[in-house]
Amino acid sequence: MNVTRGFAGRPRVPNAALPPGQYDAGDDWPVLSAEVTPELTPAEWSFRIDGLVEEPRSWSWEQAHELPASAYEGDIHCVTSWSKFGVRFGGVSLDTFLDVVRPHVSATHAVAYSHTGYTANLPLADLTGGRAWIAWEFDGEPLAPEHGGPARLLVPHLYFWKSAKWIAGLRILDHDEPGFWEQNGYHARGNPWEEQRYSGD
Amino acid sequence: MTETFTPPTRFAVPGRIDVSNRAAAVWQTATITEIRRESPHAATFRLAVPAWAGHLPGQHLMLRLTAEDGYVAQRHYSIASAPDDAGHIELTLDHVEGGEVSGWFHTVAEPGDTVEVRGPLSGFFAWPGDRPALLIGAGSGVVPLMSMLRHHRARGLDVPLRLLVSARSPEELIYAREYGAETTPVFTRSAPEDVPVGRMAAAHVAPLLAEQPPGGWEAYVCGSNGFAEHASRLLVAAGQPVHRIRIERFG
Repeated sequence: MNVTRGFAGRPRVPNAALPPGQYDAGDDWPVLSAEVTPELTPAEWSFRIDGLVEEPRSWSWEQAHELPASAYEGDIHCVTSWSKFGVRFGGVSLDTFLDVVRPHVSATHAVAYSHTGYTANLPLADLTGGRAWIAWEFDGEPLAPEHGGPARLLVPHLYFWKSAKWIAGLRILDHDEPGFWEQNGYHARGNPWEEQRYSGD
Repeated sequence: MTETFTPPTRFAVPGRIDVSNRAAAVWQTATITEIRRESPHAATFRLAVPAWAGHLPGQHLMLRLTAEDGYVAQRHYSIASAPDDAGHIELTLDHVEGGEVSGWFHTVAEPGDTVEVRGPLSGFFAWPGDRPALLIGAGSGVVPLMSMLRHHRARGLDVPLRLLVSARSPEELIYAREYGAETTPVFTRSAPEDVPVGRMAAAHVAPLLAEQPPGGWEAYVCGSNGFAEHASRLLVAAGQPVHRIRIERFG
């Protein structure tokens, strides 16, 4: 341990929900997208799943909203070290979409891509089992553009760069294919509990 | 709606460089060798990092402080210095209200103190000095852009580089003595005589787009989210292609 002279830090608040190296951002919700926030209306938004699936298909805003609603209440964790507790997102479980397209047995990974061209790669196992959503509400209000509105991917058990803003689709693959930040030195999976921030962690 | 989706922009371009994952994975001891005040709220901390692998302008690092009970606080900071300063890097930090890390740097740190760093990190905001660079920053958002400007000077590069930097007042403008003809400061609260006061506007950005070099600018924007949103919209409105705007927001 390399103790910093005279460093006390914030008062210790035991918090088992805080992954290693993270701090509680409180009411703040920093915006960290690397691109220009797109002017994307719900009418222009669409979501598609293709690749290694039985029935590739796309959903319009209206079609996606006809699916059963599902909410996430819990925490989110950003690789830049902030965590945000007790957030509430509303949308549709990704399982609902995947049940329609039916991934092949050979499918292992997915690349999530945005209407901006942003990409993030994820193991398919992290997108199924009630752990991922397409989200369009935050705290009961429409998701703000700078936070990914009209709709973003939400995978809250991984670092938040995986939760692609302005989500346009998933390409289902039988191998891992690095996304935008992953090509720029970030970890392929990004599990905050194992502090998988950078490639090699 | 069965056709293959094509994004309207080509934003997801690769980073400007290959990132050294080995350097990013290792924590190294950094010794403070010098502290220079830049403004009432910002100071530059010069660090000796003997095994520093080198960086490109625009890259950042992760820095951590450790308390006696093992409590650790870590933050990302942009590197202010040009890459050529072997074994040394400089960080310029705002004193953030209630900030446990910046608070330590501004009220406790002295030359001789040690901290830990890992990096350099991320290739997206890096500028290798190859393409014409249009840099727009506000407050301490100018820090990674200053690394680019210093690199441009140190290497005597011919490639065009322009900097638009926004500050509340001349006193708050960090690196004020270092700017030259490539830089246009914008003051939002108070300004020297004969200099208008006001937010960065189309009138600042349009002339730079009008004089863009062959092949166009690679634009780098850094600052608060509010500033980044504002500046990136000005760039788009002035005709800068969306996929050639790289943004780094505080957070």
